[in-house]
Amino acid sequence: MAMISQLLASTLRLSTPLIFAAMGGMLSERSGVINIALEGLMLMGALGAAVGTVATHSPWLGLLIGMGAGLAMAFIYALLVIPFRANQIVAGMAINMLALGLTPFLCKMLYGVTGSTPQISYPEQFHSAPLYLAWIVVGLCWYLMKFTPAGLWLGFAGEHPEALEAAGIPANRIRWLAVLASGVLAGAGGATLSTFLSSSFARNMAAGRGFMALAALIFGKWRPIPAALACVLFGFADAAQIQLQGVKFRGAEVPVQFIQILPYLVTILVLAGFVGRARAPKALGKHFSTANERE
Amino acid sequence: MRRLAQSFLAVAFGLALGLSATWIAGENPWEVLKILARGAFGSRENIGMTLFYTTPLIFTGLSVAVAFQAGLFNVGAEGQLNLGALAAAAIGALLPGLGWPMAPLLASLAALAAGTVWGAIPGWLRARRGSHEVIVTIMLNFVAVGLSTYVALYVLKNPESQNPETRPIGLAYMIPRLGVFGDAPVSAALPLALLVAAIVWVFLRRTALGYELRAVGQSEPAARAAGIDATKMRILAMAIAGGLAGLVGVAEVLGNAGKFKVEFSPQYGFIGIAVALLGRNEPIGIVAAALLFGALHQGTRELDFSTEHITSEVSLVFQGLIILAVSAEPVTNWFRSKPRINTDEL
Repeated sequence: MAMISQLLASTLRLSTPLIFAAMGGMLSERSGVINIALEGLMLMGALGAAVGTVATHSPWLGLLIGMGAGLAMAFIYALLVIPFRANQIVAGMAINMLALGLTPFLCKMLYGVTGSTPQISYPEQFHSAPLYLAWIVVGLCWYLMKFTPAGLWLGFAGEHPEALEAAGIPANRIRWLAVLASGVLAGAGGATLSTFLSSSFARNMAAGRGFMALAALIFGKWRPIPAALACVLFGFADAAQIQLQGVKFRGAEVPVQFIQILPYLVTILVLAGFVGRARAPKALGKHFSTANERE
Repeated sequence: MRRLAQSFLAVAFGLALGLSATWIAGENPWEVLKILARGAFGSRENIGMTLFYTTPLIFTGLSVAVAFQAGLFNVGAEGQLNLGALAAAAIGALLPGLGWPMAPLLASLAALAAGTVWGAIPGWLRARRGSHEVIVTIMLNFVAVGLSTYVALYVLKNPESQNPETRPIGLAYMIPRLGVFGDAPVSAALPLALLVAAIVWVFLRRTALGYELRAVGQSEPAARAAGIDATKMRILAMAIAGGLAGLVGVAEVLGNAGKFKVEFSPQYGFIGIAVALLGRNEPIGIVAAALLFGALHQGTRELDFSTEHITSEVSLVFQGLIILAVSAEPVTNWFRSKPRINTDEL
């Protein structure tokens, strides 16, 4: 029984960074911009939050700085893919690589140690706040997409940017805002890695969680609440895998690798239409230029 | 010619920005550049290490390029090369009695086959089920890592090591090293990579099948109208791409480690994307770009030892910046076309 409640608690904790990042990814992708850079944005957020918390002794200020770091990286991404019309996949991969290299580099610059920040003391860490915050963000995203004109515009920017433009709303401006917001949210997700799930920044600490958030987003068919629930499901797989590590069953170790690959396998099945059908926003990944830019 | 100039511009931009970062960190950028060059080309052994890193990048660069030529984006080279290496190591571990030259030949074919299968899956899913190959290949990378870790830990575990790796393969499996580079593990895989690059060029430019493959990449409706089976060509392109990435297993397992080590690849698959882009998806350009990234990778290792403020991860910063510069290529066009007439004002 204790094991089950422990498993549930750790499921909720582990799904928190995924939820933030998946909501960020949702905003960006629904507006028509593929966001493979989530992983890199999270890394920046994780470093920013750890540095901020070490400097200010407040995880809340740390979170703010982490969100700022995600925002800064997302700005570069948006600049490349919106006005400069870079390929979104290529630019996203480049952002990930840059973040992976830049974070240990900055650590060494700031603290003289390779790849990690000083430990954040227990009272300065987050204990449960991000858990609630994540679900508040989900609620806000749901409300935004369902009941506000801004959500409608966002959806149109990703489905029929021409129609949005014809209605007098600049599609690319909506995409800019959506990508920047995704940087803030993925940054917050990263912040929970270094100040909530652990007590310092470590090299490559996102460890594929940005891609897992992307998988959850697709599994949830690009909708806020199903995507958040997919994050919980993947968080559960992660928690189970951690609890089963080294556990013997009838004398043999349980191969946790099969649990680890499960989220990715089910996402492929969904994408292939074997389990429901995931339909991406129509203009996802397509550059949009206004009539006079096309001249 | 203009595209060549743009590639050079992107490299120059990436290096300049990366070096400014090292300057901010408190290093003399000129010194950093010298250490980079010395690390990559300073001695026979260093040149050897550069070529050692170049070899897998030629394979992954070609892999990404062949998919690109068919209008597909293979982000899955990392998974394909992991399974290729695992397959080569598995043959070696399961058939220890095999002699030369059957042993390396069979293991190489296994690497090729494993990569081909792992590439054909997203190709099939894209062509038949419409699933976006980018997302599928990213997901398959994680699946490949999970599967190969499982095999290395539970099925073919090396009993003499604490590391997650497979049992060593027999000496008969190893391909010869090029002796001129001292202890650097440059093997016959390097000439193989160059040969494969030439074959890919002939395939794409001088065969009907290669022409059809490129036609699908240029314009699918036009290709279909010309009677080309675009579905088949897509699957074929991804299968070839996977096979090419799988050949990294030959360089790593048969030419270097003699076994499959979990996480042996310092992201060869992802760097392959940069190599293909910089090399303009042409085999000759890819060989040159692979050499550049190989030199960068080896050179930054030296930076780790010889400077106070810089870690070897800075190579990722350089690589990321170069890819950003390549990807933002429309920038140059954007600047060029700036003085245009705004139709609104007419």
